[in-house]
Amino acid sequence: MADPILSVSGLSSGYGDFQALFDVSLTVPEKSVLGLVGANGAGKSTLFKAVMGLLPRARDMVTFRGQPIGDVHPERMAQMGIVMVPEGRRLFRSLSVEENLRLARDHGRAGDWTPERVYELFPILGEKRRQPATALSGGQQQMVAIGRALVANPAVILFDEISLGLAPIVVNDVYAALPPIVDSGISAVVVEQDVDRVLKLAQTLVCLSEGKVALSGPTESFTKAQLTAAYFGE
Amino acid sequence: MNIADAVVQGILVGGLYALFAAGLSLIFGVMRLVNIAHGDFIVLAAYVAMVVIEASGMNPFAALIVVVPLMAALGYVIQRFILNRTLGEDLLPPILVTFGLAVIIQNGLLTLFSTDTRRLSAGPIETANLSLGGITVGVLPLITFASAVGLILLLEVGFFRSRLGRAFRATSDDAETARAIGVNTRHIFALAMALSFAVIAIAGVLLAVRSNFDPFSGPARLIYGFEAVIIGGLGNLWGTLAGGVVIGVAQSLGAQISPAFQTLAGHLVFFAVLAIRPRGLFPRMD
Repeated sequence: MADPILSVSGLSSGYGDFQALFDVSLTVPEKSVLGLVGANGAGKSTLFKAVMGLLPRARDMVTFRGQPIGDVHPERMAQMGIVMVPEGRRLFRSLSVEENLRLARDHGRAGDWTPERVYELFPILGEKRRQPATALSGGQQQMVAIGRALVANPAVILFDEISLGLAPIVVNDVYAALPPIVDSGISAVVVEQDVDRVLKLAQTLVCLSEGKVALSGPTESFTKAQLTAAYFGE
Repeated sequence: MNIADAVVQGILVGGLYALFAAGLSLIFGVMRLVNIAHGDFIVLAAYVAMVVIEASGMNPFAALIVVVPLMAALGYVIQRFILNRTLGEDLLPPILVTFGLAVIIQNGLLTLFSTDTRRLSAGPIETANLSLGGITVGVLPLITFASAVGLILLLEVGFFRSRLGRAFRATSDDAETARAIGVNTRHIFALAMALSFAVIAIAGVLLAVRSNFDPFSGPARLIYGFEAVIIGGLGNLWGTLAGGVVIGVAQSLGAQISPAFQTLAGHLVFFAVLAIRPRGLFPRMD
């Protein structure tokens, strides 16, 4: 297996006095996809926020290319090469499609991903580049959110429930964009409720249950029954 | 003075009120911070200009070259090291801290400069007039109004056309997501406050040339600023200019009825707008 690009080790975190994650560990190999599944409230989004530094974590709990980054501020993460596509997209409503992309480009790393390349990946966004980002359809907004992550030229993208609230046909369109993104050399962690979809995409799978790792390993090593049991905390 | 005269004079005074308000509107728009010390910082800028003028012999307008960067730097430092610590879901902590700053500024100025009223002299321009279509307007009020329009135009262009403006708007929309894509929101907030203080510096010098000031002149400036922001609608700088003009015209027309009614007329129009359109005339923000 390739060297890990991102590792989480013994991560515990939460909101104030409420602890939502307990001793979570996982490893994302370079240029691969890790699927992160679990029931609602299992701690998937919390894990992403903690990795990004938006929630408390200790220095040694997160490492990037072998270096501890648990004390790095969130605004430095994009420059380091780690970005997130947040749940609910969270586009900037007073910015146009183009401005959402340019903002991320301004504060990310230099590289091949530009707004123009995003428009090649999602041609509809090129047509709507001057429109307010939040005026687009749900699927198109998700494309902007993915594009916003790409133009920061990251090494790792954390995708948080990118199919949430979208029609199945639109979900297919959004997921069709992921293989070329991974082929361009970007590693991904994908949080998804649709386990079958993750199994097709990811090489490694982690299942969270009540803030703890219930199952972890290569995707092909699990039976459906094992996964179901871990998912529902049985 | 006839009605047309009164309206024109009111519009020009409205430019000064818009200057009082523009900085308030800017920082509320970017970081939802209500700066209770805003008026006191305007008065502080007037005193800083006075000291600079006494030390250098500069004209008040030339002194802006020194006062604007000084005040902008002060704004950056205050936001970065004091007010950033108070920001969060709760609007109360920054209100309390800026209230404390207001008290400190007033008493600091009192200790340094006493309660004597001051005024900056700009020379013959103070009494110069122009005749526009039968209406006589002062050059200084005209410069004040033009400054307000020019500054708001600059702020709007900067807000909607520049890289920094994109960061301001994104931070205003969703600071957490802005941080997650690499925007240093603490620095952005401090830059917004620096910009606000640059406007405060200009407002302070124009105030000090137009009227007397003392260490306790700030709160009244704050009230006019708040009223202009709320009449114009939150988050809309052109609306803020319109709000300033509405107050200025109301005061000017009120003074036609009775000099004692001048100030009250402005407040009554504010209450009327608040009752009829609580979100202001041209709101951009919820």
